[in-house]
Amino acid sequence: MRTILHIIQKEFIQITRDKMMLPIIFVVPIVQLLFLVYAATLEIKNIDLCIVDNDLSTVSREITQKFEASPFFVVKGKTFSVEQSEKLIETGQVDIVLNIPHNFEKDLIRNKKAGIQILVDAINQTTGSIGSSYCNQIIFNYNKNIITKFSDLKTLFEIQDIKTINIEHQFWYNPDLNYKVFMVPGILVILVTIIGMFLSAMNLVKEKEIGTIEQINVTPIKKHQFIIGKMIPFLIIALFELAFGLTLGKILFNIPIIGNLWLVFLSATVYLFVILGFGLLISTLSNTQQQAMFVAWFFMLVFIMMSGLFTPIESMPVWAQKLNLINPVAFFIKILRMVLLKGSEIKDIKNDLFYLFGYGVVVFSFATIRYKKTN
Amino acid sequence: MNKNKIIKVKNLVKKFGDFVANDNLNFEVEAGEIFGFLGANGAGKTTAIKILTGLSKPTSGEISVAGYDIYKETEKIKRNIGYMSQKFSLYDDLTVFENIRFYAGIYGMKKQEIIDKTESLLDKLDIRNHKNSLIRSLPLGWKQKLAFSIAIFHNPKIVFLDEPTGGVDPVTRRMFWELIYDASNSGITVFVTTHYMDEAEYCDRISIMDKGKIVALDKPQILKEQYNAANIDEVFVKIAR
Repeated sequence: MRTILHIIQKEFIQITRDKMMLPIIFVVPIVQLLFLVYAATLEIKNIDLCIVDNDLSTVSREITQKFEASPFFVVKGKTFSVEQSEKLIETGQVDIVLNIPHNFEKDLIRNKKAGIQILVDAINQTTGSIGSSYCNQIIFNYNKNIITKFSDLKTLFEIQDIKTINIEHQFWYNPDLNYKVFMVPGILVILVTIIGMFLSAMNLVKEKEIGTIEQINVTPIKKHQFIIGKMIPFLIIALFELAFGLTLGKILFNIPIIGNLWLVFLSATVYLFVILGFGLLISTLSNTQQQAMFVAWFFMLVFIMMSGLFTPIESMPVWAQKLNLINPVAFFIKILRMVLLKGSEIKDIKNDLFYLFGYGVVVFSFATIRYKKTN
Repeated sequence: MNKNKIIKVKNLVKKFGDFVANDNLNFEVEAGEIFGFLGANGAGKTTAIKILTGLSKPTSGEISVAGYDIYKETEKIKRNIGYMSQKFSLYDDLTVFENIRFYAGIYGMKKQEIIDKTESLLDKLDIRNHKNSLIRSLPLGWKQKLAFSIAIFHNPKIVFLDEPTGGVDPVTRRMFWELIYDASNSGITVFVTTHYMDEAEYCDRISIMDKGKIVALDKPQILKEQYNAANIDEVFVKIAR
């Protein structure tokens, strides 16, 4: 036990003496929370629009106004030439072109039907599909207005009695559909993962590079003492990082913390068991810090992209969803969202926790086997 | 078991693939002596020392260190030896005292014992003012002396030194050897590899390695007479031819 304390003491001195470490611990969470939470939003705003109005009627002008008033669109250009508007799309100056043809109003009144053409730059699929559905919405809303507007003149237009079904949405746990509330727990997970993974992956390799590992290996120190002694400081730092991030999230975004905080930290500890094990495994496999860095990055990138933070897991192909069974990041994001936002209790997440714990045992066993005092 | 033979090596072979680094080594080291392990770069000195310290496994051979079998009692051996590697082995970003405390601590020394022994060591090395200096701020010669002192801080039976004086000036080397004599006088067996032939003269007995084999093993004086040479350097050149 005393041996472990000696290692913990040494690691803490080394970490705190590293001049880069303090900025990393405190600046990284602030930057990540501030930038990522705002930037990594799935809401699409500021879609650049060009309106080609060849009708110049009351209806066409009102539609134009609707688009100008929408927070989702920025009307970048108005022209009478379809060719010119297509140029704008080609050169990437606008995302969507709204083409209102000549005689649009007339057609609408006479035939009760009129077409508007929407040209979408679908290179960015998300902007494309979401943008065009926003367009439809605005036009559809306006279309209903037309009907009510003209419905006084029943003699002229035979309007069917349209029965509309009103769908009322109720959003649970995040009633305002505040995207930040959804993002913050995910960003916290990334934060904890980066700190945990890199500290542990780089540390043992560093001792290999300097040569001090040999000196350690000729001492009677036990493998498990050495590994535990090294991992505990990283665990403490990563948990501190989580606490710091949570505080920032509360202050900056007022994210709800509905569940039990002890449960949050318990799950974080179980999760870090896996991540630190991964880092350790990487460092037993690599000989230089550079190698360790690349391998750690590879795993982090795959884990984070697959985790459901930026794209919903539900919309991934089935094989990708299955792949997430070995993605600890996905598990912890899910757990953290459940506990923080829904107030889930231990009985709701215990299966996931057991799974992560078992995962950690496997990874740590591999790492301990790989770390040899004798070659 | 003969008590006086603190290291016994019989038919030690170490292969790396087809390359034979140690080709059937046989030697014994007596308790309390300074045993020099000489040879050109790549002769297999470091390989042998790594096997004796338990860092590396031999391909075959019977070896005992401090009375313990190298295959079965590695951890017991580790309790009884000290080691200073070719690569510098102190933590650069820790102070002198923090390094001592860490290494002594993992050998299980008591806190008070560590503090007391550190005080006398600081005086002995004349670095009292540098107790709280970072290792990286010290000159190389000081670091080497400190690394040696830390390797014997827990009072091992044997200390293994792998080219301890590499890159150090002659004066510091002389001072370093005084430390080795001190350790030897206090009863620690010293096993030292070097390729400085003048250092060989300081040893009680030397073995000379060439291409993985031991080609000569005796007291320096006897080897000089045997090869009719003025110094070990000449002996070495004659053998290596």
